[in-house]
Parts: sequence; C-alpha cells; structure tokens
Amino acid sequence: MSGISRRRFLAASVAGCAATTLAGPKKALAAGSFTGYSDGMGVLVDLTRCIGCRSCEAACNKEQNLPAPDRPFDDQTVFDETFHGGKQKRRPDENAYTVVNRYNPESSDHPLFRKVQCNHCNEPACLSSCFVNAYTKTKEGAVVYNPKVCVGCRNCMIACPFNIPGYSYSSAFDPVVKKCIFCHETRLKNGLPPACVDICPQEALTFGKRRDLLKIGNQRIQTHPGRYVDHIYGEKELGGTSWMYLSSVPFEEVGFDPNPGNEPIINNVKDFLGTVPMVLAIWPAMFTGFHLLAKKRDGHDDHDQDADQHNGEEGGEQ
Amino acid sequence: MSAKQVLTTLMMALVLVATGSLTQAADMPEQASLDTLAKLFDGVEFDHAMHTDLGEDCSACHHHTTGTGTTDERCISCHADSDEVASVACNACHVADPFSAEYINRKSLNLYQYHVDMPGLKAAYHWNCVGCHEAMDGPTGCQDCHARTAEGDDFYRADASDTSTSGKGGH
Ligand code: SF4
Ligand code: SF4
Repeated sequence: MSGISRRRFLAASVAGCAATTLAGPKKALAAGSFTGYSDGMGVLVDLTRCIGCRSCEAACNKEQNLPAPDRPFDDQTVFDETFHGGKQKRRPDENAYTVVNRYNPESSDHPLFRKVQCNHCNEPACLSSCFVNAYTKTKEGAVVYNPKVCVGCRNCMIACPFNIPGYSYSSAFDPVVKKCIFCHETRLKNGLPPACVDICPQEALTFGKRRDLLKIGNQRIQTHPGRYVDHIYGEKELGGTSWMYLSSVPFEEVGFDPNPGNEPIINNVKDFLGTVPMVLAIWPAMFTGFHLLAKKRDGHDDHDQDADQHNGEEGGEQ
Repeated sequence: MSAKQVLTTLMMALVLVATGSLTQAADMPEQASLDTLAKLFDGVEFDHAMHTDLGEDCSACHHHTTGTGTTDERCISCHADSDEVASVACNACHVADPFSAEYINRKSLNLYQYHVDMPGLKAAYHWNCVGCHEAMDGPTGCQDCHARTAEGDDFYRADASDTSTSGKGGH
C-alpha cells in the first residue's frame, strides 16, 4: 500500500480510502503536491516590518472573545518571559491564539519580532491525525475545527509540526482543541482580512491570495537587495502553508526550524498511529465509538455551555 | 468676497505668476489633520510647516508627486522629473483599506506592474513618520504622536494586571 493511500485513509473515511486505492496512479499525485485551493488566501509576515507592538494580540483577543490577559497588550515586558529553563519563548494557547516574541539574532544589530499562530498548512497534520474528522481546510485557506466532535484525544497537538493547538481544560470532562482559525467565521469567509492583519500599524502582515503573496514576496526580495534572506518560509516547507514569512536574518535565528523538509508531516503521524493494517482492523469499531461519543456530546451541548458559564462566574468572584 | 479675501487671492496670483517654484509654498498647508483612520488613537495634528523646515526637499516624504523629482534609486529611472500630480496628499494613492476583496482582486490582475505592493494609508504614515523619527532621533512612542482614546484603552486592556489573574478561574 502506498503512502498516498495511507494519507487519504487518515484524512477521510474507509470508503474514501478504498476509492483512492482503486483510482491508482491518477490520484497518486495528490501526495505532497496539493498546494491548497488556487484562490486560497494567506498572509505574508514580513519580520523586517514588525515593531513588536502586540496590537495583533489585542485584536485577536477581542475578535475571538478570549479571556482577559494577565498584563495589558502594550506591556512589552512579556518578551522577557521564557519557559523550560529559558529555552522556550511564549507559545499560543487556549487563552491566546497568537503571541509575539522578541529575538536578538546574531546577524542583526537590532531585535526582531515574530508573531506566532497557526500557519494554516496546505496539508495540515492536525487534520490528518484527527480520528473524528474535527478539522477542515476551507477553500478560503483556513484550517478550522468543530469543537462539537472533538473528543480531546490530543493527536493534533502531537502531530502539529509548529506546536500550535492548545487545549481548553475549563471543564475536566470537556477538553477541546483551541487555536487560530484565521478569523474564518467572522471575517475570512466574508472576504475580510483577519483582525490581526487589520490592526497592524506597520503592514507587517500582508493579506492576499496565497499565490499572489508568493509573487509579492519574491518581488520584495528582488527590489530590496540585502534586506531579506532569499527565501519565503512556508512556500514549500511541510507541503506549504497559508501563512508565510520573510526575514532579514536566517530563519533559525528567529525560532524557525530551518529544515523541516518539504513533505507534509503525515509521515510522523503514521508512526504514532501504529501500522495501517491494525488501524484498518479496528477502524469501524473505533469510528462507531467516536461517532456515538460525538452524538452524545451534541445532545448535552446546552448543558455543557451552562456548566462553562457557571465555572466562569465562579472564577470571577474568587 | 471680502476685501481681505480679494487681496489674498490677488497676492497668491502674483506669487504664482512671479515664480513657478513658489507654487508649492502657496498651496502647502501649514497644518494637516491626519485623522481619517482615528479610532483607538486620536488623529495626528501634523505640523507641516515645521516639518518642511526640517526636510531637505518635498520628495523626502512625497516621493515624486510634488514635482521636485526623487533621489530614490528605485524610482528615479521613471520619475527623475515627473510633473506634480493633482493631489499630493498621502491618501490620494495609499488607500485606507488595502485588504478589501476589491483591492486584492485588482492587485491580482496587475501583479507584474510597478506599485503593486504599495502600503495602505496606515502603514504609509507609520513607515514615513516613524522611519524618519528613528533616523533623526524624533519621538517614536505611539502616544508621542497620537493620544490613545478610551476605546483604545479598552482594546489594549490597559486595566489588566497580574493581580487580577486569580479572577480568571482554572486554578
Ligand atoms: S500549523 Fe499545526 S494546527 Fe495549524 S494547520 Fe498546520 S498542523 Fe494544523
Ligand atoms: S501588530 Fe504588526 S507590528 Fe505590531 S506586533 Fe503585530 S505584527 Fe508586529
């Protein structure tokens, strides 16, 4: 069985898998060569323009109705926060779908700032790793998820090469994935840029059709010799991403994995899923189980929401 | 038309006739309100006269649009001696909404032309002003140029502090 069928199998259903296998070589080119919907949108992040004002974080917080932050969004002391013995900078989590970090790269005489959020992969590992099909890559380019079917297994968290999905533990029985959704519901699908792009005073974030952004990125590199390293991060990395980056210093100096490969991450995913035949054997039973679970959760939806609100109020009074 | 207005008009006409190069000085606003985007911050009352005293020539901010030519290498091949354009205000070219579907579609069709990657109005202001202020040691803090509004305080969660985190629950 080829790697293609495995990928297909994971992304869709058993039926989908069978169809792919039967379809043979014609469909095989889908593996690693899907560059997203042709009119899919993206964002080109230009690190040379970002001034670390954190307005994008504030805009995200407001747009997505996230909890109040520990410190105001214009407080730059957050850039000094590190974790795991100083090795790790701030990461997005269930309370903040995007964070800005400061770097002091060797090859630059001034600090650089980098906004971190979901990169909305063309072939998302989170999506491929999800047993209950909670994830969707929309035609507009966003990778969104359906919290109603999420069973909280955290596969996507392990699968994501950028370490993005966070979990909400507000209810111990209802952990649910939380991450940047490109403002899909409130903006993207209505033809509007995400809130972070809208607020940025520096146009460090350029919103547009992904294929146009590649041309614009290359144009910037060409018209400003010496300003950029000659590379658009995310053009090819891991099968390509909707959010891409330009930098004045080598990407590893601003916290990127310099060489993640151009293959989508599905190969890692299959390792931790175990062998495909085994999955094939248990799939029907497992799927039925998850389906029942999802259905059950649907039925209790109102109740869960009440519980959440109740928790929130309690918290507020503490 | 009052006597004073007639006099002013006459004087301006005289100046215009006397010397072409003074045209700009006569048209040039002393003060400009940059406030079309004001929301989280107040608009900027821009002291144009003070800045023209500082600047070497108009093209330092206005590219080639004021008819004074440009020294930027990348522009000079086409705009070494371009005529003055009808409106030299920033917002005549830099749009307030550079990511509207309409603007993005238009961009798509003209990708190989010049000026496609033109910043919107907000970025044009900030690059022009802050870039120069950095180089000339001018003020660069947000509120050095425009005070934050009450809506802005809300937006940036000015009231958030570490002591309030216990109120968020979850621990
Ligand atoms: S960055 Fe991670 S969470 Fe976002 S689409 Fe890619 S794999 Fe999924
Ligand atoms: S709003 Fe723009 S300039 Fe400010 S931190 Fe975010 S990306 Fe950087």
